[in-house]
Amino acid sequence: MKARSNTKHSPLTLGAGALALALLTATAPASAQSRDPAYAAARASGQVGEKTDGYLGFPTAPSAELRHVIEDLNIKRKAVYAQKAQANNATVEEYAFTSGCLAIARTVAGEKYQAPDGSWQTRGAGAPLRDSRCP
Amino acid sequence: MNSLQLTNRARIATTLPMQGKQSGPDRSTWRAKAALGVLAGGAVALGGCVSVNAPDKPIVIELNINIKQEVIYRLAADAGNTIDENKDIF
Repeated sequence: MKARSNTKHSPLTLGAGALALALLTATAPASAQSRDPAYAAARASGQVGEKTDGYLGFPTAPSAELRHVIEDLNIKRKAVYAQKAQANNATVEEYAFTSGCLAIARTVAGEKYQAPDGSWQTRGAGAPLRDSRCP
Repeated sequence: MNSLQLTNRARIATTLPMQGKQSGPDRSTWRAKAALGVLAGGAVALGGCVSVNAPDKPIVIELNINIKQEVIYRLAADAGNTIDENKDIF
């Protein structure tokens, strides 16, 4: 009887626990797993696009502020590419190019991406123009 | 006097061979002919080289593309996971 009462939780503590868990899941991924608002806005407006080499580029001349934000993201991308390339016995360029293929494939309508000829394209409803080697 | 007027008058010597000084100009014409011969020979040799080299090039390029595509296909699944795990920078 006593043991069973120990395992029981009052509705208050359960509620507090759920709230803490909800807060944890809401805040932790928000800081690590979602785009910076400035980056998200620039992407949506077409000021920033996905390049074929796996990095972000500027279809139009960016403001100094936006350039800083995007260059920072490109440095972070390169660090990830370098680490993953080493783990897969590939060059950074090969891993970055592969990621670029996928990143362009994952753009949504209205976003900008670079075609194999180097020109900037706006993603439409159909498949994007990609390098013939892309998976 | 009369006979001299009827026959053609000899032209004035204008070139060195006409004046009996043969050595100089004769050598230069021989040199020009030799140079022409070398040039013609060179042109024939060059034409031969191009026709031999042409078929080799496309084969090398094609091999390069195949290797690269193989690597890309090998990395594709891992790269997809990387993008999913780093949504903040992609």
